[in-house]
Amino acid sequence: MLVYVLRRILATLPVMGIVVVFVFLLVRIAPGDPAAIIAGDYATPENIQKIRVGLGLDKPIYEQFWIYLTSLARGDLGRSLHSRLPVSQLILQRVEPTAALALSTLSFAILMAIPLGILAAWKAGSLIDRAVMVFAVGGFSIPIFWLGFLLIYAFSIRLDLLPVQGYVSFREGLLPFIRHLILPTIALGLVYMALLARITRASVLEVLQSDYIRTAYAKGVRPPGVLFAHALKNAAVPVVTTIGVGFALLIGGVVITESVFALPGLGRLTVDAILQRDYSIIQGVTLIFALVYALVNLVVDLSYTLFDPRIRY
Amino acid sequence: MSRRNRIAATGCLLAGLLLAWSGQAPAETTIRAVMTAEVKYLDPHWTTADITQQHGYMVFDTLFALDEKGQPQPQMVDTYRLSADKLTYTFTLRDGLKWHDGKPVRAVDCVASIKRWAVKDAAGQKVMARAASLEAANDKTFVLKLKEPYGLTIRALAKEYSYVPFMLPERLAVQDPSKPFEGDVIGSGPFMFAAKEWVPGAKTVYLKFKDYVPRKEPASYYAGGKVVNVDRVEFVVIPDQSTAVAALEKGEVDYLQRPQVDQWPLLRKDPNVGMYRGDIYQMQIHPNHLAPPFDNVKARQALMVMANQEEYLRAIAGDPQNWRTCYSYLGCGGWLETDAGAELLKKPDLERAKQLFAEAGYKGEKIVVMAPSDFATINAASLTTAALLRKIGVNVDLQTMDWGTLVSRRPIKDPPSKNPAGWHIFHTTSGYAALKDPWGHANISTACDKAWFGWACSPRATKDLEELGNLTPGTDAFKKGLAEYHTALMEDVPYVPLGEFFAYAAYRKDRLSNIIEAPYTLFWGMVKK
Repeated sequence: MLVYVLRRILATLPVMGIVVVFVFLLVRIAPGDPAAIIAGDYATPENIQKIRVGLGLDKPIYEQFWIYLTSLARGDLGRSLHSRLPVSQLILQRVEPTAALALSTLSFAILMAIPLGILAAWKAGSLIDRAVMVFAVGGFSIPIFWLGFLLIYAFSIRLDLLPVQGYVSFREGLLPFIRHLILPTIALGLVYMALLARITRASVLEVLQSDYIRTAYAKGVRPPGVLFAHALKNAAVPVVTTIGVGFALLIGGVVITESVFALPGLGRLTVDAILQRDYSIIQGVTLIFALVYALVNLVVDLSYTLFDPRIRY
Repeated sequence: MSRRNRIAATGCLLAGLLLAWSGQAPAETTIRAVMTAEVKYLDPHWTTADITQQHGYMVFDTLFALDEKGQPQPQMVDTYRLSADKLTYTFTLRDGLKWHDGKPVRAVDCVASIKRWAVKDAAGQKVMARAASLEAANDKTFVLKLKEPYGLTIRALAKEYSYVPFMLPERLAVQDPSKPFEGDVIGSGPFMFAAKEWVPGAKTVYLKFKDYVPRKEPASYYAGGKVVNVDRVEFVVIPDQSTAVAALEKGEVDYLQRPQVDQWPLLRKDPNVGMYRGDIYQMQIHPNHLAPPFDNVKARQALMVMANQEEYLRAIAGDPQNWRTCYSYLGCGGWLETDAGAELLKKPDLERAKQLFAEAGYKGEKIVVMAPSDFATINAASLTTAALLRKIGVNVDLQTMDWGTLVSRRPIKDPPSKNPAGWHIFHTTSGYAALKDPWGHANISTACDKAWFGWACSPRATKDLEELGNLTPGTDAFKKGLAEYHTALMEDVPYVPLGEFFAYAAYRKDRLSNIIEAPYTLFWGMVKK
């Protein structure tokens, strides 16, 4: 197992290398001039050029890449072109809201979706099954931002139960922390929940058709026992895979949710950096997201051994 | 203890802990404001970004400032003298001025700050181009000696918009203005920047500077006594407009600097929300004077005669109470208002526009209009221009992009026939403060190759403006000079002014009072219940 883990970590390095080169080139090829954006609307071309030179953006691209690469080798993600703060500091400042949102969304989605999917599979063809599937289709189709505005209107403005926006760290109070996360979690969690519910239903349904399930019934095992002792573990592998793959969906959704609910997380940091052409932050955040995604999938792969004893690394 | 009692006791303990962790309301008065943008840059001499100038008004102070009549008044300066030959200004600072680190403000700080500011600022460049010397005489006095009289010296030092001549400590002011200064953000303004609480993109915090000594006069626009009545001001970033308005309605924030025009009807209906006119903007069509047919003045005049200001303003700001037509390059209602030479602009005529285009030699080639989709007002103007041009038979290539891309393409001088990234037309706005200051307003420069994007070229207008700066405002000679300058602009068309639309600020009127109505939000004077 240890050898497998080390092999997987080593295999991540060339992937990271490709991400580094690709993102570095992409942001510079895309139209946009950070010096002009920094200088502001009233600046003259001469002032813009002075800023460009001051930031080192007038250097040849290979020279800029070399500077970036050597900094990266030292663990330095560089400085924001705009605020001049270290990118690592900016990421650390913003990671907590995103992590809180991602974890709460994952937990919410998994806790709701898996029982729903199991129920739908168990009662396949019934009204309950159809209701769950309609919910799944609807949940996947509803835009996150639209749902977010609807939730704000209903629960914040009309019912005055929850705050409209913002993030409060758990260090400043558990109750405000939870209250500020409820609506963003539901808005983002719904699409994830819909996806998981469908996959869970399909996976459980397939397992329930298996011979060993028929055997279990023939042996006199009661339905709950068949479901929980035999079916679920075998149905878990595709569900866990979807959780891992869906993480990318979550990252994309986090960007929108953070904008609607004004959560100061990594998603908004990325969007702002793209609009402002802050190359350093775009590069740093993309690298972090790629790394996290690779690690999440590694954890998912390792978790298969919990569900299927035949799988060994 | 029985099992039931143990459970009850545990429940009470948990409830108590939860309540204890529920967060206590702060004892300080805090104003939470959603501004037009996030504070990213902290050096107001480095960038013209409005939000950085706004940040500057919190943390820094100026030698002079404009009052509500638009007249420069001493601010950090206590007294100043102008010699009889109008060549020597002697400035003496007020008593009690301190930097936020407790050190006294000295004349050398001001000398270094003026020099740094003038490197990039157009108004400052005009002053320093005429300066023989600028030196500190002692800790409280500095002297500016000119080579020739310049009547706009004090007005330049009272400039209210980018680059505002904020005073910095000498150790910051001696640094190269092509880079942001390095070091703690220390000013002498009424608020201190709370660096430890700054989360770029999320929150910027300012704390009352307890040692600030305000002037004795009542506050008047940017001038007068800057008395701070709150402990903290937080600039909160809420990127989505609907969310920001909902937050104001719910009381989670106290102030929105610039809600978008589609939110105004909603805000006006709320009995707890007050609105005031924060700024006035002039929309402008900027043709590329180096790209045919706009290198021909007739093509530019065609744009002017094509433009129906009401049509544009309705597209930009909707309800007529949100805009006004204005046939002056220099703003309506300001000290330089004039409509001399504006006959073409006042009488839109599409047939005449078509004719002028033909006379300019237009033969049906594509005209590239850049439209920023993420800037609602400018996008509306761009779409209106494209539609009007098509009506008069122009072959329009409307290219939609984000503002960042437009800003990166704007410096390209080559026409689209030579460079695919070239352009013919873009639109932008100028704030009211800039309109009233043609000497410092980059957009209206007619200095040809040295002009702003579009490279408007009118030696006549350039000369007229230079001469106007040497005349005394209010005199007949000044009025005549102003009319001549404005007529030159109307005839040579550096850009087409499309009238003025208003920008409103919104605030919780049940909580905030005593707001000074100015383009930048002035948090001194404000009272929060």
